[in-house]
Amino acid sequence: MRKFFSNLYTSINKEPWSYIVTFGLMLIGSALVYMVPRSLMAFLVLMLAPAALYFLKMNNRIKLFAGLLLAVVILPVLGVRNIFYLEVIFQICVFAALALGLNIVIGLAGLLDLGYVAFYAVGAYTWAFFGSKQMSLLYSVPGAAPANAPFFLENPDWFWFFIFLGIGLAALAGILLGLPVLRLRGDYLAIVTLGFGEVIRVLALNLDKPINITNGPQGITPIQRPNLSPDLLNAIRLVLEPLVGHSVTDAQFYNVFFYFLALIIIIVAVVVARRLEDSRIGRAWTAIREDETAAIAMGIPLVRMKLMAFAAGASFAGAMGVIYAANRTFVSPETFSFLQSIGVLTMVILGGLGSIPGVIVGAAVVVFLNIQVLQTFSLYLSSLRQSDAVIPIINFAWKNLSTQLDPAKYQKLIFGVILVIMMIFRPEGLIPAERRKRELVGEKEE
Amino acid sequence: MSLLKTTDVIKRFGGLTAVNKMNFVLEEGQIASIIGPNGAGKTTFFNTLTGIYKPEEGAIEFNGHSLVGLRPDQVAERGIARTFQNIRLFGSMTVIENILVGMHTQLKQRGTDALFRTKAFHKEEAEAEAKARELMDYVGLKNVGNELARNLPYGGQRRIEIARALAANPTLILLDEPTAGMNPNETEEAIKLFRRIRDEKGITVLLIEHDMRVVMNISERISVMDYGEKIAEGTPAQIRSNQRVIEAYLGREAAAAQA
Repeated sequence: MRKFFSNLYTSINKEPWSYIVTFGLMLIGSALVYMVPRSLMAFLVLMLAPAALYFLKMNNRIKLFAGLLLAVVILPVLGVRNIFYLEVIFQICVFAALALGLNIVIGLAGLLDLGYVAFYAVGAYTWAFFGSKQMSLLYSVPGAAPANAPFFLENPDWFWFFIFLGIGLAALAGILLGLPVLRLRGDYLAIVTLGFGEVIRVLALNLDKPINITNGPQGITPIQRPNLSPDLLNAIRLVLEPLVGHSVTDAQFYNVFFYFLALIIIIVAVVVARRLEDSRIGRAWTAIREDETAAIAMGIPLVRMKLMAFAAGASFAGAMGVIYAANRTFVSPETFSFLQSIGVLTMVILGGLGSIPGVIVGAAVVVFLNIQVLQTFSLYLSSLRQSDAVIPIINFAWKNLSTQLDPAKYQKLIFGVILVIMMIFRPEGLIPAERRKRELVGEKEE
Repeated sequence: MSLLKTTDVIKRFGGLTAVNKMNFVLEEGQIASIIGPNGAGKTTFFNTLTGIYKPEEGAIEFNGHSLVGLRPDQVAERGIARTFQNIRLFGSMTVIENILVGMHTQLKQRGTDALFRTKAFHKEEAEAEAKARELMDYVGLKNVGNELARNLPYGGQRRIEIARALAANPTLILLDEPTAGMNPNETEEAIKLFRRIRDEKGITVLLIEHDMRVVMNISERISVMDYGEKIAEGTPAQIRSNQRVIEAYLGREAAAAQA
């Protein structure tokens, strides 16, 4: 099996096959998704295209062009045609950014943080509080909000400023968490960060009294979104509507907008992560991960470097939190549960600790499993339950199948299975981290 | 003025006094050794010097400034670099990167320089890399810059550790059993290397060593520790004939029998 795949890989990993395969996948994939928007297989074929783009050898310019074509043209068009895909891709982007941030903390600096989602919550609640009517509801009972309460910020374009504020506040939260706990190592750190994650969630849950800041378990809604210029939208409609084949609503435009925004954050996150990784700071982080005692003996100030790792990792989550709040126009403590932290951790481990392409793939796979594969199975099962079909041989009627057996509820099981399988069979992840190879200046090849 | 001077340094672990009233002086430009039986407190003394342990009592002066209470990274910044008894490399980093980590205190780049890839950043990185290659050459590592440190043979790893310590541009280098586990050839080369470090770079060298050929061959001054105390000090010739040292190493009766 493994041999078959490696042979297949070598045989298509040369010109012109790499081009044919990549563009073929892009073309067939998009055609399939375009024609059968609901098919899981069609979407899978399309998702193979970016994989081929990454793994196959091609001219870098052509790679960049193909990547842009896919990200900027094909995905939005297909996404508008079936808005569900846009949601999938948006979620992949959100979680990829979270995974990239967590990867700095765990993958580079080796600090096991089990409460990472707290920083995401800080970002989300920052915009949720200021971008909603919450400011004028501070003294009203949750759920009894007057209908005519005004938005705190008249101009929703403050959103742009709050992305940066979210980054700053999340980084600050990272430092505040870090200061007392970074003297701890390994397991102890993990436990404290786990506690911190829960503290933030419980705060969000309970800060509805005495002053109603978070609106408690009901969450905050509506949250404003930034303005999109109607003239610009109409101009885009002229091109987009014939491509998509139906009229495009403003809501759909917002989905595309948030997708692009998340995409930009991802690109920035990747650039930031790579540049930090390959610098004095990144080397210090890795050194701390490898051997704290040796690192400190080399003059690396442990606490400062760890705080920087926490702050840098948290800032990605903060930015995504703000975007998430605006995208959903709703935040509630539910979103920031411990399970979410474990989910992001699963993505990082699945993709490869310390590996930037790895964690993005990890995020894509987990999100895809979660909201697409499991949902599809759930739908399929429930349609079987509705029917009169019977399982042959054992003569079991589908409609007697317990409704407890709902694949969409098996998220935790999937996370667990992924973690166990990866740890046993491939602890270095799907795309293992690689150290940068330097030019062999002055080193003769023997 | 001496480079390093400790006065009555005491380090206890619970009821055990690992280092007891250690008075130790090291002149600039010396190659000196600390020897002693296993468990004599040599490595603990090193760890106390470098800030990994805090001494219960006593003073440590380096270059005229006290080191007591400083963190290990601050001690390193003052110009003391070290290697470890059990090699402690950053195993999954490349050899070059290990040496670059050693340069941490020497590099001036900030996070923003790294993020925006300023000219100064590129320049500094290129210089650092060139210096790292020079150091690889200096300790005799060839064509392994991109290898992961953990994949190198034992002798190679010892060399990386020394190169990494040299990268910090130290005034004093502490080597904790640097030739342990080496064959006679490697040991010979290591001795030459230590001499060159002192002669060419002017770095003061302090060794902990068990191999008496190394110690007697290279040291200008030897201090002997036993049960946490300094029991003798002097030139190799003096140490060789010191009765207390012989007793410490061989046991009192054996020493008597030998005499």
